[in-house]
Amino acid sequence: MKRVFVANRGEIAVRIVRACRELQLECVVGVSDADRNGLAARLADRSVCIGPAPASASYLRDDLVVQAALGTGCDAIHPGYGFLAESARLATRAAEHGVIFIGPPAEVIEMTGDKLQAREQATLAGLPVLPGRAVESVHDAQALALQIGYPVLLKAAGGGGGRGIKLVHDAAQLPQLFTLARAEAVAAFGDDRVYVERFIANARHIEVQIAADGHGSTVHLGERDCSVQRRYQKLIEEAPAPGLRGEVCESIRIAAVTLARAIGYRNLGTVEFVVDADTDEFFFLEVNCRIQVEHPVTETLTGRDLVALQMRIADGEPLGFAQGDVSFSGHSIECRLCAEDPAHDFRPSPGTLTAFAAPALGGLRVDTHCEPGTVISPYYDSLMAKLIAHGEDREQAMAVLIEALEELEVEGVECNRMLLIDVLRHPDFQAGAVPTDWLARALA
Amino acid sequence: MPLTDQDVREILRIIDTAGTREIRVETSGFSLHVVIGEVESSSALSPGAAPAGAAPGGLPSPSEPPPTNDDVEPIESPMLGTFYRAESPGEPPFVEVGTKVEADTIVCIIEVMKMMNSVPAGVAGTIVEVCSENGQLVEYGAPLFRVEPA
Repeated sequence: MKRVFVANRGEIAVRIVRACRELQLECVVGVSDADRNGLAARLADRSVCIGPAPASASYLRDDLVVQAALGTGCDAIHPGYGFLAESARLATRAAEHGVIFIGPPAEVIEMTGDKLQAREQATLAGLPVLPGRAVESVHDAQALALQIGYPVLLKAAGGGGGRGIKLVHDAAQLPQLFTLARAEAVAAFGDDRVYVERFIANARHIEVQIAADGHGSTVHLGERDCSVQRRYQKLIEEAPAPGLRGEVCESIRIAAVTLARAIGYRNLGTVEFVVDADTDEFFFLEVNCRIQVEHPVTETLTGRDLVALQMRIADGEPLGFAQGDVSFSGHSIECRLCAEDPAHDFRPSPGTLTAFAAPALGGLRVDTHCEPGTVISPYYDSLMAKLIAHGEDREQAMAVLIEALEELEVEGVECNRMLLIDVLRHPDFQAGAVPTDWLARALA
Repeated sequence: MPLTDQDVREILRIIDTAGTREIRVETSGFSLHVVIGEVESSSALSPGAAPAGAAPGGLPSPSEPPPTNDDVEPIESPMLGTFYRAESPGEPPFVEVGTKVEADTIVCIIEVMKMMNSVPAGVAGTIVEVCSENGQLVEYGAPLFRVEPA
């Protein structure tokens, strides 16, 4: 691997450029017309404009990405997260043209992308899976929901990442929500299959970072707790998972590695679980075949560069370390700073940043593409920066993060900074783990 | 001491905001001399702000455009792809300098993953310059030709 094509934008494109530099690889960033002057384009060795601003005409076009990679002499493509990160088509097309796709094999992406197939594979591998199955009709869904017991979740088979989920409280709601879920599934994922799953009221979202090379080694890099969510979107992530009993934690880690081995996983990935905080039972949710937004939590806790590791594995190198070599030090918390307006139901707040500066604090890492003059475009998601605090313990990490957010300078757009501070200062969060519905209740 | 991302960003910021034409940055083991505005570049394919000496090959920087003429209009690439001046190898080019075109005259083909896309001139006039090289990658929005409108 000599030259990497970065098929993404924003903070993750900057992050990938940085990893390329670390490994002394050249990099070319494929940008849309809206991102020509972005930080990633300027930090990279070269940038090339792959299309107009709308993602459907640029960042989501696997044909343009491969063409641009070939035309700029790149021998590998890093898809980042979102956009084409879990596109089996891109992985296949890249391979057909002799370009390395930095991610798992296309067939693994395809299988895990189908959430019903992933459930099946997890069941076969012996992992606990939430009671549920695919449903064909309202009648079928009603029968199953009665059997499982309300409330239940209706999920799109083609969904994932918190998208395509509906909570059904009772039988009266089901017909309408079933029709809606199905219609939305077709519109969003081109796949009308939906399934019903048991809903866990007092739930924690725990996920395990895994890494597998092409030489038979599969390890985990610990878990992350991502329970502070709004509308199934993560806001704050941390590790180690506060208050999670040691044996439960170890069982979840082992389950993740077991599944990764069973499905022939390669490269970095995440296995997501839901933990019932009342009973300590855990259940498989899904596999994410990409680097995750919250990967810095694990990086700061383990001292390992996960993006560089992705590239080395994709290039055929062995992991270079065993499970016993993975150690965890202290506590890490990440929060996502987004250009959205909490005063107006979190609607996106695009604009031009007139000021942007994060303080230099010990234990603070800031992953961002923002600087004064950066345009927060209405075309893309609203993530401006990730602030990651690492401390000797959770209290220290929280203190650093709060200080960082208080001293952060952001002008030109509305953002969720105050909300993040409020959450970090909230007695419930300060006390330890919160369930996934906590933030919605706290905001109500 | 190696340059950090922070350093590079700071240098870029200084260059962008200085308002002067020439900047010299020197630290131990590193010196950078920037002259702004001498070389005009119309496309992000040129190395631009890339770190000195780090720009990979494989993409030719487009040649310097002729002095700006307000009457001349560019035909910009409607998509990223490989630029072909003729229907197939060995065929004469669709247009040459001096060719008169109508808005719907096909001037070139842009290939994306074996899909051949014909590009119309979009403007009537006379081709005065061919801006990209046959068989090379062109970006979205890159100038392909310049036309003196009729």
